[in-house]
Amino acid sequence: MDWKTRLERLDRRIIFLVIFFAVLMPLFFPLGLSITPGPEATAFHAAIEALQPGDAVYLAADYDPGSLPELQPMLEAAIEQLCKKDVRIIAGSLWPACPPLVNRAFTQIAEGRFQKVYGTDYVNLGFKEGREVVMNQLGQSIRGVYPVDSAGAPIGDMPVMSGVDSYADIKLIVNVSAGYPGTKEWVQQVRSRYSIPIVAGCTAVSAPEYFPYFQSGQLSGLLGGLAGAAEYEVLVSGSGPAAKKMDAQSLGHIVIIGFILLGNLIYFLRSREGSVA
Amino acid sequence: MPELVGNTLAGLLTLAIFSFLYKDNVVYKFAEHLFVGLAAGYYVAFQYRTVFQPNLWDRLVAGDIVSFIPLALAILLFTRMLPSGQWLSRWPMGAMIGAYAGLQLIGFLQGDLIAQVQANILSVNTGSWVTNVNNFLLIVGVLTTLVYFFFSTEHKGAVGALSKAGIYFLMISFGASYGFTVMARMSLLIGRLEFLFGDWLHLL
Repeated sequence: MDWKTRLERLDRRIIFLVIFFAVLMPLFFPLGLSITPGPEATAFHAAIEALQPGDAVYLAADYDPGSLPELQPMLEAAIEQLCKKDVRIIAGSLWPACPPLVNRAFTQIAEGRFQKVYGTDYVNLGFKEGREVVMNQLGQSIRGVYPVDSAGAPIGDMPVMSGVDSYADIKLIVNVSAGYPGTKEWVQQVRSRYSIPIVAGCTAVSAPEYFPYFQSGQLSGLLGGLAGAAEYEVLVSGSGPAAKKMDAQSLGHIVIIGFILLGNLIYFLRSREGSVA
Repeated sequence: MPELVGNTLAGLLTLAIFSFLYKDNVVYKFAEHLFVGLAAGYYVAFQYRTVFQPNLWDRLVAGDIVSFIPLALAILLFTRMLPSGQWLSRWPMGAMIGAYAGLQLIGFLQGDLIAQVQANILSVNTGSWVTNVNNFLLIVGVLTTLVYFFFSTEHKGAVGALSKAGIYFLMISFGASYGFTVMARMSLLIGRLEFLFGDWLHLL
């Protein structure tokens, strides 16, 4: 059996094993590859930098634990930058499993690192069923949609909600989205109707669908997948959980590219031998 | 201690799911069924607590007469199970489909169709040759791809050539999507490995 036949019949589990170690090794021994922020991440960062202290931001967190590795670093970095800018954060979710993830990020970043106070500097309104209907109703009255926060406390008396009751009082929507309902619906239902600027962070799978929104100016900034999160972290604080994972991501990609090239090389050689139809 | 138990359980279940990569087995099936069952139970309870109770039940108990309308529509949905009264379920379905179709239609026209058409009316004489080339490629890509999806004329001659160019642009687009999908799946693997070797085994 020649080497081409051996490679053609290579057990797929060997490929899994190679990818496993390629991804694992950089977690133990970081390579320190450089990360250069692209225009999308730079625009995302600039949109938040343009906010003034005291401005109100709506943080639309629409994902679940299935997208945690990609999206939680984005959410944490966004909360960090918003806290640095001293703006008020009003968070809501259209995905039922998301509010605990938002609470975790608020506890770690807003409370733990910036000593922000719940109800004064930020609030988690929790989950609301209704998808696009909720997006539209928030434009009429946030208190009407969310009379109480995720813990059941009335939001009417909270200082963070002072002077804020619709999109007219919100300066920016920061959306972190894993699918439907998410970035696409925020652009379609809210950006076009209320002309409020939106920045979005999304999973890598859905990023190609949203690049046209950034190109057309419908999104003021866009973070696509772990790479987008890492670029944004570099801009916000120089490093972070996503940036640390990028070595593993890069090495994994190199291995996959190698396998694709090898597969094509063998296919090409077989074609020349006339054994591939 | 509760964290250690939780992490150990999550770690073992992760390994059980990974075992499918070797071959299908009973441990994998157990983890899969456990996940589906837990997720279904969690979401039923969650929907009851966050949707049904505050939006309907509490209002009915408080004497809100208007809330009887959604209650009646919700009950009508279950008439699909009646052999002779299935048609009644069309009313709530009609209300839901009508509302969502209206919302989606306006959103799509305003947010996608008009805005994206506007965004593709670009100048190829901007003063920057890089932007000019980018804009030119974008315009050619959009037009040739549209030609590929135009089936009222046979794809021969000039139309065929434009259609073929459209296929190449589509291929590049699919390639980019595939690359991003690989990146997403790789991120999930990194997340699990970080959990296994970091949060669970504390080796990282």
